[in-house]
Amino acid sequence: MADEVILLDFWPSMFGMRVRIALAEKGVKYEYKEEDLKNKSPLLLQMNPVHKKIPVLIHNGRPVCESSIIVQYIDEVWKDKAPLLPSDPYQRAQARFWVDFIDKKMYDASTKTWTTKGEEQEAAKKEFFEALKTLEGQLGDKPFFGGDNFGYLDLSLIPFYYTYETFGKSSVEAECPKFKAWVKRCLQRETIAKALPDEKKVLEHASGMSKNLVLE
Amino acid sequence: MAEVKLLKTWSSHFALRVVWALKLKGVQFDSIEEDLSNKSPLLLQHNPVYKKIPVLVHNGRAISESLVILEYIDETWKQYPLLPDDPYERARARFWAKFSDDKVFPSIWGVFIKQGKEQEEAFAQVFENFSFLEEELKGKKFFGGEKIGYADLALGWIAERVFELEEIGVKVIEKEKFPLVSAWMQEFLKVPVIKESLPPHEKLVTKMRGIREKYLGAAHPK
Repeated sequence: MADEVILLDFWPSMFGMRVRIALAEKGVKYEYKEEDLKNKSPLLLQMNPVHKKIPVLIHNGRPVCESSIIVQYIDEVWKDKAPLLPSDPYQRAQARFWVDFIDKKMYDASTKTWTTKGEEQEAAKKEFFEALKTLEGQLGDKPFFGGDNFGYLDLSLIPFYYTYETFGKSSVEAECPKFKAWVKRCLQRETIAKALPDEKKVLEHASGMSKNLVLE
Repeated sequence: MAEVKLLKTWSSHFALRVVWALKLKGVQFDSIEEDLSNKSPLLLQHNPVYKKIPVLVHNGRAISESLVILEYIDETWKQYPLLPDDPYERARARFWAKFSDDKVFPSIWGVFIKQGKEQEEAFAQVFENFSFLEEELKGKKFFGGEKIGYADLALGWIAERVFELEEIGVKVIEKEKFPLVSAWMQEFLKVPVIKESLPPHEKLVTKMRGIREKYLGAAHPK
């Protein structure tokens, strides 16, 4: 029986992008459904009654919610191709720790760099860059966070590159050269190029956000 | 021989999850009690990012963040599996564990540090969260099914803290409204490994009362 895979998503969502990249890495065919977050579909409300948020992966009728959980699910179901998490438990713990760090430390700061001004925006930028520097320390001289292979931590972080691109390019380039090189390596991957929306569109959406749009 | 150390405090419910997991699996470990007002060089070395407990140190390598530690424990020691085999059921267990930390804890904290009208308003969120848990428990004894698992350990602090909260005058759950969650709490606390690892009740009540008074005092200074 063929797998039925549906992704409920919102095109600029950094969390949605993680799932799109994971599905592309595994070569999974799926139906993409764009949600209007100001007018959520009955399907979204039915499949994620607790949070009412995207992304939601619906696999053979059963929903999986929360991007980090969805990506691990994808890795466990389609396990014969492109492993996203390492096989060693300690390395897996490190990957999970750093994805959790990104969600705790970078997401709020990133959103604030788009939606605030003045002192608050400066503070958010600072917080974002500090987190970036910490992560750069983890990258070291490896091509990817996962080592030789692109993986869970890489795909969880790369969607944030839009924030870096638009709000801190020059300082990040100067201060985080390894991160810059890593971004370039990621963007060369076909799976990422396919999954990430056009930079200009994201910038337009973000300037709309400064006028109080909601990004969930 | 494998060496396992756990940096913890006596009252942290995050650390308690790790104690429960290690005990369920019969893993020998050394507890290192931390004084969070005077953090040890060991803690600062092993968790430089957050400087928090719990930290599991296994053969010299440190793992932080309780839910990350739980998955590490499950993958390293295979006896008494905490997560099910099926990927969908694993995703569900992870979902409810995350729900515990992202939603349930902040909502109960919100009620704990408030009083009067503010507290009444904060209760709405607690009720909503308990409704979701009540729904999830339909047809199940534990979140993990017949035996406690990952989600039970993640949510178990609720069972553990509800009695202390009631004693200091914060009643977060009514049996009639949430019979399944109430029953789950009772059954969870009956599990031997859980029961024998609970922090000292009176000491915890005193501590929690002190914290609540501090927040109420700050909100309404005389």
